[in-house]
Amino acid sequence: MIELKQIRKAFNQGRPNEYWALNGIDLTIEAQKVTAFRGPSGSGKTTLLTIVGCLARPTSGRVRLAEDEISGLPERFLTDIRRSTFGFVFQQFNLIKGLSALENVMLPAFPTGRPHRELRERSEALLDRLKLAHRREARVEWLSGGEQQRVAIARALVNDPKVLIADEPTANLDTTLSREFMGILEGLHAEGRTVILTSHDPLVVESAAVHRVVSMRDGQLTEG
Amino acid sequence: MNAWIEKQRHLIDFTLASLARRKAKNLGLLLVYALLVFVLASVALYTHALRQEAAQVLKQSPEIVLQRMVAGRHDLIPPGYLEKIGRIRGVQSIEGRLWGYYYDPVVKANYTFMAPAAEAVKPGTLVVGPAVARSRGLAPGNTISFRAYSGKLFSFTVVGVLPHASELVSADLVLMGEADFRAFFEYPAGQHTDIALSVANPLEVRTVAAKLASALPDSRPILREEVLRTYASVFDWREGIVLALLSAAIFAFAILAWEKASGLSAEEKREIGILKAIGWETGDVIKMKLWEGGLISLTAFLAGFVAAYLQVFRFGAPLFEPVLKGWAVLYPRFELVPAIDGLQVATLFFFTVFPYMAAVLVPIWRAAITDPDSAMRS
Repeated sequence: MIELKQIRKAFNQGRPNEYWALNGIDLTIEAQKVTAFRGPSGSGKTTLLTIVGCLARPTSGRVRLAEDEISGLPERFLTDIRRSTFGFVFQQFNLIKGLSALENVMLPAFPTGRPHRELRERSEALLDRLKLAHRREARVEWLSGGEQQRVAIARALVNDPKVLIADEPTANLDTTLSREFMGILEGLHAEGRTVILTSHDPLVVESAAVHRVVSMRDGQLTEG
Repeated sequence: MNAWIEKQRHLIDFTLASLARRKAKNLGLLLVYALLVFVLASVALYTHALRQEAAQVLKQSPEIVLQRMVAGRHDLIPPGYLEKIGRIRGVQSIEGRLWGYYYDPVVKANYTFMAPAAEAVKPGTLVVGPAVARSRGLAPGNTISFRAYSGKLFSFTVVGVLPHASELVSADLVLMGEADFRAFFEYPAGQHTDIALSVANPLEVRTVAAKLASALPDSRPILREEVLRTYASVFDWREGIVLALLSAAIFAFAILAWEKASGLSAEEKREIGILKAIGWETGDVIKMKLWEGGLISLTAFLAGFVAAYLQVFRFGAPLFEPVLKGWAVLYPRFELVPAIDGLQVATLFFFTVFPYMAAVLVPIWRAAITDPDSAMRS
């Protein structure tokens, strides 16, 4: 369970171009459910996702992960939590070009010092599960959009996180691939993982795989 | 400990994969870097070995050489000087030496003619230096004629060639008997070119030199340590000239390396953001870049240094020999004894590896502390 209390986030604070992206968010995200943040561009969805996923700290307010308050932790501890608890699928996939699909999948586990063979086997199993075993040695820039996203999902899962965070996961996919992604999402939920995503794609937010939709506008929750 | 080693292994794996992605660029950098180390190390190794060689050879030379000066020019030692010196305390042995230069128009080169003190060379015979033997095609038993400055022709039988080991100083030497020497150069009887003195106690050398200067005010004592110092500074000077000529190349490399190492491309910055977002710490990113800088600079240093070592000690430094050894018609041909100065290697390492590592680290530090959420916003 992730609990957000009075979360506010400012950019360029104290400067003439100060901007408040989040304005007092109170939200509890249930574990082992699929939650979607919906809203127009600039509504604060992605900023909220970065705070939930320990990529950024709120300007004020508290974030609790299970029973622990994490909003005040120094960067090092936040990185630890981010690495062990969250897996990220970015809108542009953010794969490292020039490396193979397999190498990209293994990347998040490098700082953990896990034995190389074990890590390789786990990464290969993930690619296999996502039907990419035959493309594991291919450079990521040679893969199609759908394949790239599946590599990104495998990378997000390599450290076996409890929570998967996906930012606009279907923004760069056609309908078929988007449906495929929703299928993967259901599988992850079935494994007992929590999934938090942002989207304004009806195919996602109206899908039965999404248990809760949280609507946002101007840095505040409007419903959900 | 195992996890630490595994982690370093992962970081090295990633670094190597990263380097391989920009193969041409990194190989080019490695090549230029290694070339720079090669050039600097060649100059350093060669001059150091030359200095060592000169010091080794001069070890056998007399502690003091006394020359007589007339109007500031080197002149012959008149009879009676040897006896005067004999009374100075601390002088172990005195030897009046006979030597001079002879221009051989056949090979257009100067030889040094010398008459050793003891009657080591019999009348009518010669012992020649290795370069003289090579240039005139001489072997023991051959006869050779030289026309003296007086116009008279003298013929000698070669009875020996000086050993190769002493070639740095004996390349152009021709040894002959005293009577032959005096006859060939029409050298006045009883006079010498200079006087070699041996002093047993090294602490007394300067005292003896001072005594010589006051006893024979028209003479100049030259100390072995001064000769050594002169050799050292000649080689230092040549090393300096080469390095000055190379400085443009060194600066060009410095700019290239700095540009490559410090100028992080937008792509590299983006990658650092991604790595941080997926769970890499700032320290992991810095360690990875340290491995990258370390692998490049150490590989370049080792490759450059080993190539320089082989060039100098295996192939006789063909690239820098003419500048560093000096110019002569009769080049001494000698193989340098491999001599490596630890301090010199450390200095070279410091000035080639450290600046590169610094150039890698500074910008990475700035990039690595950026917020991980930048990946989400790219």
